[in-house]
Amino acid sequence: MATIAFVLRRLLGAIPTLALVVALSFLLTRLAPGGPFDEEQVLPPEIRANLEAAYGLDQPVHVQFGRYVGGLLRGDFGPSFKFRDFTVGELIADGLPVSLALGAAAVVVALALGIPAGIVAALARGHAADRAMMTIAIAGISIPVFVVAPLLVLVFGIWLGWLPVAGWVPGRPTDLVLPVVALALSPAAFIARLTRGSLLEVLRAPWIRAARARGLPERVVILRHALPAALLPVVSYAGPAAASVLAGSLVVETLFGLPGMGRHLVQGALNRDYTLVMGMVIVYAALMIALNLLADLACAALDPRTRRERPR
Amino acid sequence: MTGSLWSEVRAALARDRLAITCGAILAVLALAAIAGPSLLDYREDEIDWSHMAAPPFEAAGHWLGTDRLGRDLLVRTLYGLRVSLAIALAATFVSLVIGVAWGAFAGYWRGRTDALMMRFVDVLYALPQVFFVIILTVVFGRGPLTILAAIGAFGWLTMARIVRGQALALRERDFIEAAVVGGAGTARIIARHIVPNLLGPVIVYATLSLPQAILLESFLNFLGIGVQELLASLSNLIADGAAEMETAPWMLAVPATCLMLVVFCINFLGDSLRDALDPRER
Repeated sequence: MATIAFVLRRLLGAIPTLALVVALSFLLTRLAPGGPFDEEQVLPPEIRANLEAAYGLDQPVHVQFGRYVGGLLRGDFGPSFKFRDFTVGELIADGLPVSLALGAAAVVVALALGIPAGIVAALARGHAADRAMMTIAIAGISIPVFVVAPLLVLVFGIWLGWLPVAGWVPGRPTDLVLPVVALALSPAAFIARLTRGSLLEVLRAPWIRAARARGLPERVVILRHALPAALLPVVSYAGPAAASVLAGSLVVETLFGLPGMGRHLVQGALNRDYTLVMGMVIVYAALMIALNLLADLACAALDPRTRRERPR
Repeated sequence: MTGSLWSEVRAALARDRLAITCGAILAVLALAAIAGPSLLDYREDEIDWSHMAAPPFEAAGHWLGTDRLGRDLLVRTLYGLRVSLAIALAATFVSLVIGVAWGAFAGYWRGRTDALMMRFVDVLYALPQVFFVIILTVVFGRGPLTILAAIGAFGWLTMARIVRGQALALRERDFIEAAVVGGAGTARIIARHIVPNLLGPVIVYATLSLPQAILLESFLNFLGIGVQELLASLSNLIADGAAEMETAPWMLAVPATCLMLVVFCINFLGDSLRDALDPRER
């Protein structure tokens, strides 16, 4: 029961944030000088007026906003200004599964690489292994995805020829290997640093000394007693990690030619396709909020204190 | 107070050879970025018709090779580094000023004002930053100023949180009480008594957020929504190089190495600074 109430309260708390995202992105795009029909050859005024009327752009801003929000509540993101035959909803439905698969795989890989590395570094604190690991981790957070991705393509795609350079054939998982690795490296480095720091902190706690005093083997002390507590910051990093993976997927999808949402967003931004950009930003925001909620739930599962700290 | 802070930092860093190396590399690169382009034989937009896409060390005078149009890669990289560093430094400075002021006032005023100010920070925190930065650059046009504003607009949030936490603790101390009794106004207390005492964390966080700014600027640029070709920053060169990497890998390698070296060294230095200033690490 307490969990359900917690989830409900957090879901309600997400509504103002999402409303703010919608309002801000709408206002910002309407503030912009120039519109989506500016950059083509100059249109005759009648045609332009007709176009604007067709998209409702001739209405006052508050009417446009009302219509947009009304549409959103019905799950309608409006028409795309540039992809004339598609609605934004269709473009999102097209790209979302690819982006989600890419992002989820990247997060899993990042956890699988980062947590063990962090544990090893923490246990070897101050020794060569620790310093080497943490230097690699700093390198990892210093190499941006748009450098990693071309380098991976050059080495594994072109020189060695092991993996496809780019492209997307449904049902060919090798297409995803390089994009996923490119996306996962920097969060993995961050997770390794987080794990190391918090494990070192936890290992100083009195209850760890108590566990050792009871004569438990070191492996049990580390894995069963220290690690769950040490992973709390890693789990709360899920939100920011998702944000960085989603942002990185803009680059990765563009570079590898994956038909995800990110490519549409970049194209939309360059084309001033406002409805498309707004729709995508709203979906990304909703995703991040959902992931933050999941992270909080996981934290509560790992650490009963977080649940008790929020009474009522 | 500040005197002992600096001597502590100096002593701690002096023991850390890697940190010194990183500092030296950064100094050399920064100097090269400032002075290099005017000392070398070629200008960044000068076309050498007889050496197009020359690999490093082959054509005379083009130490790191040339690009597809015969422009000297070393000069272009140093120039791009200058643009990247300038934007990142300015953006970090903007977020530093806003963040320190916001956090210091919130922590000093406490109570409802503090709650309101920090709630505002929480709300901005929950927004998908990168995507809003993209919207901002789309709306206000591409250019260094937009990027600066867009990065600065979100960069100050963490700084505000850090500073506010420190200020909350500081304002309980006796010397603040003494300043209040002495008749100092709020602005004076914050500027002369609060801010100087939280320089440590502020410097650490500013150092660690500088690479973030470099990477965010590069990221936007790489997507084609940053500064324009005429004012090529490092990431423009990287994007160009990535397109040519099959036939001319040096066009990717040179600017990419430069960017990674700078970001790595700043990150490493920031880490060492944090360890030096963190009492738990002693």
